[in-house]
Amino acid sequence: MSILGRHQVIEKNSILLVIGILLVIAIGGMVEIGPLFYLKSTIEKAEGMRPYTPLELAGRNIYVREGCYLCHSQMIRPLRDEVERYGHYSLAAESMYDHPFQWGSKRTGPDLARVGGKYSDEWHVTHLTDPRSIVPQSVMPGYPFLAATDLDYMSIAAHMRANRKVGVPYTDEQIQHAVDDLRAQLNADDPKVAEFQKRYPKAVVRDFGGNPARITEMDALVGYLQMLGTLVDFKLYDDKANLR
Amino acid sequence: MAALASRKTLTFGEGGLALTFAVTALLCLIGAAKAQDLPFAFHAYLAAGASITAVFAIFNHYFNRAPELPPQVIDGKPNYQLGPIKFATYMAMFWGLAGFTVGLWAALELAYPALNLDLPWTSFGRIRPLHTSAVIFAFGGNVLIATSFYVVQKTCRVRIAGELAPWFVVLGYNFFIVIAGTGYLLGVTQSKEYAEPEWYADLWLTIVWVVYLLVFLGTLIKRKEPHIFVANWFYLAFIITIAMLHLGNNPAVPASVFGSKSYVVWSGVQDAMFQWWYGHNAVGFFLTAGFLAIMYYFVPKRAERPIYSYRLSIVHFWSLIFLYIWAGPHHLHYTALPDWAQTLGMTFSVMLWMPSWGGMINGLMTLSGAWDKLRTDPVLRMLVVSVAFYGMATFEGPMMSVKIVNSLSHYTDWTIGHVHSGALGWVGYVSFGALYCLVPWLWNRPGLYSLKLVSWHFWISTVGIVLYVSAMWVSGILQGLMWRAYTSLGFLEYSFIETVEAMHPFYVIRALGGALFLLGAVIMAYNLWMTVHHGVAEEVTPQLALQPAE
Repeated sequence: MSILGRHQVIEKNSILLVIGILLVIAIGGMVEIGPLFYLKSTIEKAEGMRPYTPLELAGRNIYVREGCYLCHSQMIRPLRDEVERYGHYSLAAESMYDHPFQWGSKRTGPDLARVGGKYSDEWHVTHLTDPRSIVPQSVMPGYPFLAATDLDYMSIAAHMRANRKVGVPYTDEQIQHAVDDLRAQLNADDPKVAEFQKRYPKAVVRDFGGNPARITEMDALVGYLQMLGTLVDFKLYDDKANLR
Repeated sequence: MAALASRKTLTFGEGGLALTFAVTALLCLIGAAKAQDLPFAFHAYLAAGASITAVFAIFNHYFNRAPELPPQVIDGKPNYQLGPIKFATYMAMFWGLAGFTVGLWAALELAYPALNLDLPWTSFGRIRPLHTSAVIFAFGGNVLIATSFYVVQKTCRVRIAGELAPWFVVLGYNFFIVIAGTGYLLGVTQSKEYAEPEWYADLWLTIVWVVYLLVFLGTLIKRKEPHIFVANWFYLAFIITIAMLHLGNNPAVPASVFGSKSYVVWSGVQDAMFQWWYGHNAVGFFLTAGFLAIMYYFVPKRAERPIYSYRLSIVHFWSLIFLYIWAGPHHLHYTALPDWAQTLGMTFSVMLWMPSWGGMINGLMTLSGAWDKLRTDPVLRMLVVSVAFYGMATFEGPMMSVKIVNSLSHYTDWTIGHVHSGALGWVGYVSFGALYCLVPWLWNRPGLYSLKLVSWHFWISTVGIVLYVSAMWVSGILQGLMWRAYTSLGFLEYSFIETVEAMHPFYVIRALGGALFLLGAVIMAYNLWMTVHHGVAEEVTPQLALQPAE
């Protein structure tokens, strides 16, 4: 009873109660979150990871804006059926440049962590415009407005600068040429393609949205979808490196 | 009279607040002029309009009020400030109806995708956060603010701290809801679940929340009772922890201070951990601790019995708030989050079962000696059933946090079913019960317009919850099993789209359940409206009818 008796002290002093609550609620978070900033497995670098190209970043912003994460995860768990259905389980390093992360919590639709390259651009464009024209049983909303909306990309450099402030290693050069790079990635004949590909190794260059006359939100979103999960080469990745 | 009026002066609060809002209005207009995108301009104009309205409201209040401030005590009784509570009560009912309706719409979109209308503003990805925020933060938040302001005044036997501050909290909070909700429809989102509002809405909420804490704490500090009542511990823990979670999860760098888009400071696995540390404790402290405070005040009050055990309250309180914070990683089982963190999250989630049921026992056993009232008082029945649902959801939660169970349940509708048994059954019912108590108290009515309508509400929505939850259990487990099904030759048995197709009947049943829940809430809104504007109905009681002594 003595401990409960002493509880009266806290019950009679609101400031002590505040301090007590603060102490008790702070512990769990500190123990669970703190180490994630220095443990090897959570800050490892994987060969092939690079920041998003300006076009991919713009596409990712559309993915976020439309709430795609509410039905599609981007996190393959190391379970037999998932690895066989979607590919190699997801690594922490694969979302190291994701502000915010898009792991999701629900699969009303399939996981998209490695959807890049699985379908053609044309498939994506048709499917996004009218999902049931390709998959009759689908419950996905149609996004016909994407192909009809011009991409607002003139401020993309500011977005990259904000990303740099939160830790994405964009170089001055990448930020300076952001708009040119965005255009170059959509046009294989653009004279600046070589420069672009030097800045973003292995980035794919083509007209993703299927309409070379315009740069639309469809271009950006399909560009983003087509690179998902393609950066790390799992033939080279050593999954034992982090075992202790 | 003239002599009195001449002595009326602007208080520091009135003057300061009016000046602050005037400056804010100016800044918002500049923001609107320089806006980089349409939603930002829209929100800046909204904020400018609201600020100018606030300046007018403050001066209007000043010119209409008596020269001296309202007395703290009238005839030896505390002069409680009820205005902000009444406003929050109205808003709770309004947002509740709005949030349930949007939820029903979202449910129907999953069953009949044509309802997405192929428009950006009506597609599921934008509607779903509107639903979750409307029910959790708009409905739940207004219930919490209303009841906390009521309970803290009553149990401290003192008028609330501040004159304009409580109004600032309720109006400011609801303005945040408007900014957040319109933002979702316009595509303004951080994409962090239950923390979707962008950076400027977050900043505004921070200001409102700090004032909320100050008002609540200020009222506690000037209390006339030696002890702080147990409900207030829970309210205080809720307010403090939500502040911590909000600040931890949301720091972001905007691409432009005149644009709506920002990038959160955390990335990848760290961001995931921050998110679910926040997300799970939005459940733990917003939807649990806050509503447990409601339980600790309204159940004893309605049953007219003391709380079952004072000791259990103490143990319940400290163990619950200590353990809850650890449970976040169970949202990240088998992900790239390190195994030890997942296991820690699972372990604490299982331990959390104990304080949760301790609280449930404390609430249910408060009925000792008053169980007969369940027969006659549908409001008390609602409160008690809410505690029962709390017990059920807090058993299911720890079970689902076990990794092997989670490997099946995660990513499926089982999670949605679990959330709704807690949200509809526990949070919904305890809120309904509290509002049914609160409205007659606030508007000085001898009772509700009709207890019979409360009974109708109770039974219709109970059928709705049962349909909803069982449909989601079946669809979730079915989907989980179909995903991992193998043929005898060792191939995956089902394509993904086959599992989507199998969900359809359950999505229809779920929508039906949601429609019944909404129907119950409409009955409630009518009942409360009539209570305020009409009073108790002259019940045409046939023959005998022993009416409860309410």
